[in-house]
Amino acid sequence: MSDTHAKSVAFVRETTIPQSAPPMAASGPVLWMRTNLFATWSNTLLTIAALYVLYLVLTATMPWMLNGVWNTESLRACREVLDGTSGACFSVLTERWNQLLFGFTYPSELYWRPGLAFALLFVAAAPVLFFDLPRKLLFFTAIYPFLAYWLIWGGSVLYPLLALAGVVVGYLVYSKLVARNFAAGFFGGIAAAVAFIWIGGLLIPETASDNAMLEAVPSRDLGGFMLNMMLGVTCVSLSVPIGIALALGRQSDLPIVKMICVVFIEFIRGVPLITLLFVASVMLAYFFPPESTVDLFLRVVIMITMFSSAYIAEVIRGGLAALPKGQYEAGDSLGLDYPQKMRLIVLPQALKISIPGIVNIAVGLFKDTTLVSVISLFDIIGMIRGPILASTDWAGVYWELFMFAGALFFIVCYGISQYSQWLERRLATDHR
Amino acid sequence: MTTLTDPPQESFKLSMLLNDSRYRSITMQVIALILLITAFWYLGSNLMANLRAQGLNISYEFLNSAAGYDINQTLIPYTSQSTNLQAALVGIINTLLVAFLACITATVFGVLAGVLRLSNNWLVRKLMSVYVEIFRNIPVLIWILIIYTVMTVSMPAPNAFRGETPTATMLFDAVAFTNRGVYIPAPIWGAGSMVVVATFFASLIGVFAYRRYATKLLFDTGRLLPMLWPSIAILIVPTVLMFFIMGSPIGLEYPALKGFNFRGGTQIGAPLIALWFALSIYTGAFIAENVRAGIMAVSRGQTEAASALGLRPGRVMNLVVLPQALRVIIPPLISQYLNITKNSSLAILVGYADITATLGGITLNQTGRAIECVLLLMLFYLIISLLISAVMNVYNNATRLKER
Repeated sequence: MSDTHAKSVAFVRETTIPQSAPPMAASGPVLWMRTNLFATWSNTLLTIAALYVLYLVLTATMPWMLNGVWNTESLRACREVLDGTSGACFSVLTERWNQLLFGFTYPSELYWRPGLAFALLFVAAAPVLFFDLPRKLLFFTAIYPFLAYWLIWGGSVLYPLLALAGVVVGYLVYSKLVARNFAAGFFGGIAAAVAFIWIGGLLIPETASDNAMLEAVPSRDLGGFMLNMMLGVTCVSLSVPIGIALALGRQSDLPIVKMICVVFIEFIRGVPLITLLFVASVMLAYFFPPESTVDLFLRVVIMITMFSSAYIAEVIRGGLAALPKGQYEAGDSLGLDYPQKMRLIVLPQALKISIPGIVNIAVGLFKDTTLVSVISLFDIIGMIRGPILASTDWAGVYWELFMFAGALFFIVCYGISQYSQWLERRLATDHR
Repeated sequence: MTTLTDPPQESFKLSMLLNDSRYRSITMQVIALILLITAFWYLGSNLMANLRAQGLNISYEFLNSAAGYDINQTLIPYTSQSTNLQAALVGIINTLLVAFLACITATVFGVLAGVLRLSNNWLVRKLMSVYVEIFRNIPVLIWILIIYTVMTVSMPAPNAFRGETPTATMLFDAVAFTNRGVYIPAPIWGAGSMVVVATFFASLIGVFAYRRYATKLLFDTGRLLPMLWPSIAILIVPTVLMFFIMGSPIGLEYPALKGFNFRGGTQIGAPLIALWFALSIYTGAFIAENVRAGIMAVSRGQTEAASALGLRPGRVMNLVVLPQALRVIIPPLISQYLNITKNSSLAILVGYADITATLGGITLNQTGRAIECVLLLMLFYLIISLLISAVMNVYNNATRLKER
């Protein structure tokens, strides 16, 4: 072979050419830019427009932010430091840091208590959010509401202990009765807990809080971002069980129960949250017994919980409806009764489908807690609009404060939505 | 041979109310009803006792008494001597106005951002997702406050437009951005202007008639008439002709600086702008996600199948992709409109006189009729949202997949 070729052909390559790198224009960053930024002339125009917008935004904000002043006592002092140049007075954040986070009437020597409650929130929430953690941590989650209540409001330790004992009694009664009949266990447990707490409440003396280990703080002293966090966490966790009950009621075969649930859900979803907050601030007091005093915080919690449970009910109803009919029929054919069918077959699947929706509602609700500033509660927006912008020291510092509030909400809400996406991937059991 | 016999008739026992599934549902419902009635009776008796203790009663007489406060932005005649009912009406119209404006602009923002998030351009895609994430994760309340601050603090005062070397200038000599609001030219309706308007509406009907005719012709004979240019021509040409035939009856009145303030033109107050813009840019971020989800829901095979049938790209979009995407996009879009309407109640924060600020704010505080005002307020929003839900149901039924 090679001999014949050696005579007839002038040159034959006998080794393979070493691989060379692809040309510059078809590889690496150049290729990436050509496909992603300058593919067509219209695409190029878009890129240039986007770069121009980016340039405008950055030149407007960056010098202002980088030139920021962090440690002055008032706006006038800050302006003197800046000396006419453009710059942010971030010193309002450092000077009013505690007010922004805790409100302006919470006793400053007690800031460690809500701080500790906030830190423990992560420990309590971790086993609920991440299933891989040891299940024993759930005990702490069960104790956490009582602990956090005691830390934030202070007062006698007897009240949270009594509530905890009531829940334990209710659980014991439930586990005793549930073997026979779920409904009997469920309602019996609730009745036992309520009765226990009611009787116990009569036994605790009025003066129990006077020399308590933790000084009592009234609800009207709560404020700042702490108030937003508390409203958000409390109302979301209360409204998930209520939402499940409402959703099941709306799907049930009992016409009267169904009607009650439909009317409640549609009514709540039809009105803006702000009108419900008006109800809490000016109207709800009329519906309590004349001599009772229910403080504004509790009234707001009641109304926001009603609001979010109606929305969560609709999300869960979507989950229930998305489940194939065969699942319900399978439960029936196994001879399960209604509570067993729901607890063992339907709800685990339906709740899994509804998780993204529930998280969306939770994020929306957390953002909506800022509305309480309209009914003169001093949450973070109320603090900014009221005591801080109205003070002589800081009148006129808008952007720094709004940016800070926005950043806090962004961090929390973006974090929650990222978690929800992780959870969706984690729970996905179908093969795609 | 066996004979079927009825099961032995059991005599009714009280325990069967709980244990027999035939009676249990009735028992449950009776219990629920009793609980509901008890709860209402309890709340009602408390209400009565509280009202009696404070010497109050439930009455809607206050709606007919003079309101006694001024409203800066009204679309219908209103003075401080008007009744509270008229103040509420002004509020309702203002609510509907800002909701309507915000729905339109939010749709524009949302569709634009949603389509651009699917663009091939990396930079634009990233910028749009930054927009969506930032606006979705920060409360609308903060956005309203920020934009209101921009409008009132950062805009020049009217006297900045004065003098030899003014520090601020009007846009095209027609639009002035001031800290008291935006002044835009106002139309002046001269004699004969109604004829021009009527011509415009007639040509609008004409466009629809032409398009129906073209579709019918296509289905009957297969002949394809041009759509776009004839439509535009029918819409514009007769109106413009009529405008000049009638001797230009519609003019514009430009705002001009007189004394300390602008005169002439229409003033759009800073509260309205803040609310309008904040609601549209906030809701636009949500609509962008809906639009993106809708377009992505149409599988690629549909586009490819349409191209394989020989449809041009424009027709692929109009006839195949959009009808399917719209079925996914419209229902959440309508509930976003509902959200805009409900969120417009935040107007009270910036002093825009919507129904919450008039009836639920000043009227409530001046008359002290808390229960009546809040109930009327809820009723209004309830009616609006039930109407919007009804529209949504009609649409959903019309576009439901026709299955066997």
